[in-house]
Amino acid sequence: MPRKTFDIGLVVEELSILDESGRADAALDPKLPEATLLKMHRFMLLTRKLDERMIMMQRQGQMGTFAPGRGQEAVQIGSILPLRSEDWYSPSYRSFGAQLWRGWTIDQLLLLWAGYFEGFGLPEGVNDMPMSIVIGSHVPVAVGLGMSINYRGGDQVVLVNFGDGASSEGDVSEALNFAAVYKAPVIFLCENNGYAISVPFQKQCGVRSLAQRGIGFGMPSLRVDGNDVLAMAAATQEAVDRARRHEGPTFIEAVTFRMEMHTTADDPKVYRSDEEVRRWEKKDPIMRFETYLKSRGLLNDAGIDRVAAEIEEELRVARDRFAARAVQRPEEVFDFHYAVMPEELAAQKREYLADLQQALAEGK
Amino acid sequence: MPELTLVKAVNRALDEALSLDDAVVLLGQDIGQDEGVFRVTEGLLKKYGPNRVIDTPLAEAAIIGGAVGMAAYGLKPVPEMQFSGFFYQAYHQVENHVSRMRNRTRGRIGMNMVIRMPYGGGIRAVEHHSESREAIYAHTPGLTMVIPSGPRNARALLLTSILKYPDPVIFFEPKLIYRAFKENVPDEPEFLPIGKAQVVREGTQLTLISYGATMRPTLEAARDLAEDDGVSVEVIDLLSVAPLDTETITASVRKTGRAVVIHEGHRRCGIGSEVVARIVENALDCLEAPIKRVTGYDIIFPYFSREAPYLINAERVKHAAKEVLEY
Repeated sequence: MPRKTFDIGLVVEELSILDESGRADAALDPKLPEATLLKMHRFMLLTRKLDERMIMMQRQGQMGTFAPGRGQEAVQIGSILPLRSEDWYSPSYRSFGAQLWRGWTIDQLLLLWAGYFEGFGLPEGVNDMPMSIVIGSHVPVAVGLGMSINYRGGDQVVLVNFGDGASSEGDVSEALNFAAVYKAPVIFLCENNGYAISVPFQKQCGVRSLAQRGIGFGMPSLRVDGNDVLAMAAATQEAVDRARRHEGPTFIEAVTFRMEMHTTADDPKVYRSDEEVRRWEKKDPIMRFETYLKSRGLLNDAGIDRVAAEIEEELRVARDRFAARAVQRPEEVFDFHYAVMPEELAAQKREYLADLQQALAEGK
Repeated sequence: MPELTLVKAVNRALDEALSLDDAVVLLGQDIGQDEGVFRVTEGLLKKYGPNRVIDTPLAEAAIIGGAVGMAAYGLKPVPEMQFSGFFYQAYHQVENHVSRMRNRTRGRIGMNMVIRMPYGGGIRAVEHHSESREAIYAHTPGLTMVIPSGPRNARALLLTSILKYPDPVIFFEPKLIYRAFKENVPDEPEFLPIGKAQVVREGTQLTLISYGATMRPTLEAARDLAEDDGVSVEVIDLLSVAPLDTETITASVRKTGRAVVIHEGHRRCGIGSEVVARIVENALDCLEAPIKRVTGYDIIFPYFSREAPYLINAERVKHAAKEVLEY
């Protein structure tokens, strides 16, 4: 028997619609409605400005450590666009854009990142999961959601967002395998932003594209320009359609770049060059999208300024609302462990509150 | 009223849960076609089909993680870990999601799931097949840790955990006694409150406290002490080690003034440590003697040719009981 090529029936394609100067490939342009395009632009800008505001608040001590997402707005907004409210969305901890799109209010996100458990409260009317801190651990959970959809019937889908670092976690491999075996309607959105804190993609894995991971587990996989919101929208739509047709999961590698630090607690200058960051500045997803919108006559500089001013006002109002909500309710740390609190825990809660009152009385 | 072994009683509870509530799904390795390595899921694939009795790939984290997604969706998954020694491959899912989801979502998403697994030694098994690590789960906020000791309470506790308890339960099945004896199990579904211990033998001079597989040597010791030495022994079956029924334990020790705690799990920070602490906190003034712990030692579970002296038997329990009685 000769050696020959074994056809696994899958290849990796790469998709880009907007070039770096913002010109669209007419044949691939998903031709989204104008109102949708403007809404996408607004949310991309909101995501960026929220980031900037939060970094400022963090530096002033009003916000805890968090993970900024500047440069990754197109991945967030493009991928969330095809989802319906009844679909399931499972964010990473850097998914503010998609979360805002799904209906998370700004003050809710501020509460969360200022260290209030109340901030985890999920918005009404959508099937969202809370974000997960332990890398990759939420990915098998998304597959369980997908298996449940298959069990109950219906055409909901699950979108789960994780990063290039998470791709090294065993949980992600287990999840991909499960999804392929059970044809779970899951879109694995792997947001490759170049670095897992300090470890560059080249040291994270031995593959040229993480889309190979999806192929390796037997599912269609696509490598997408993650700074191209149209490509992200088109790629995710294709994957969502496939899942709705009960044809199983899709893996999307969104190639992008984290323009800021991993979290407000690290200094990226230690592990990457300014030159590399400058290279990616030229591919800025908002700039490219604005060029496209302008070329189609949907937006001009004055319009952009107006949207930006509206967003600034929205952020200011949300910050005040957040400040009013950021009031400690000490008892809440006990209240959500069990549907019915066991007596041994109720006794501890009484002890905790008594100690607090004592401290209060002593003026501590 | 049929007479069932523990393994058949668990099978019956799963069958009943599947039949009573279509949100219940089972998943695990070899639970379908093979009907479980201990035959716990016998007949269930045939009766309920592969969408409800799901044979999974060999991946513990995805089994538990998948079950988290199912519970978030509103199903009542009952994942099986083939042996409790394999659960560490999925432990992070318990720590990251199972135990925390209700708190993280401010009560919006509860985890109505029961993670079943056989535990304990005495079956001459290879490494990682004999441990009793219930204390790890009892130590984890948000979890409930249930361990039945016989066919009837196994059936009732499992059915309650699946159908009537909206929070995650780690359900340890004492595999040593899967087929050791039979009990009458009522025809109608039976439920037991979670977190409530049972006084299974009443007495006035000594309290023996145990759960799971070691209830047998404990009860044997109680019988011998009564018959041979005329001691009036009270025996408590904890049934749930988290939460722990402080009230029942305390009431008994306040009456008897003497206690021995028995379990196969390790001694250091074991369930016995917690039981002793609660007795000391609530009934110190009634104690007539120091409390003794008869437990597994703080060593790796011995390989099977040397496991016998590690295990709990009635002689070890009686020896400790006599020290307490003669103090």
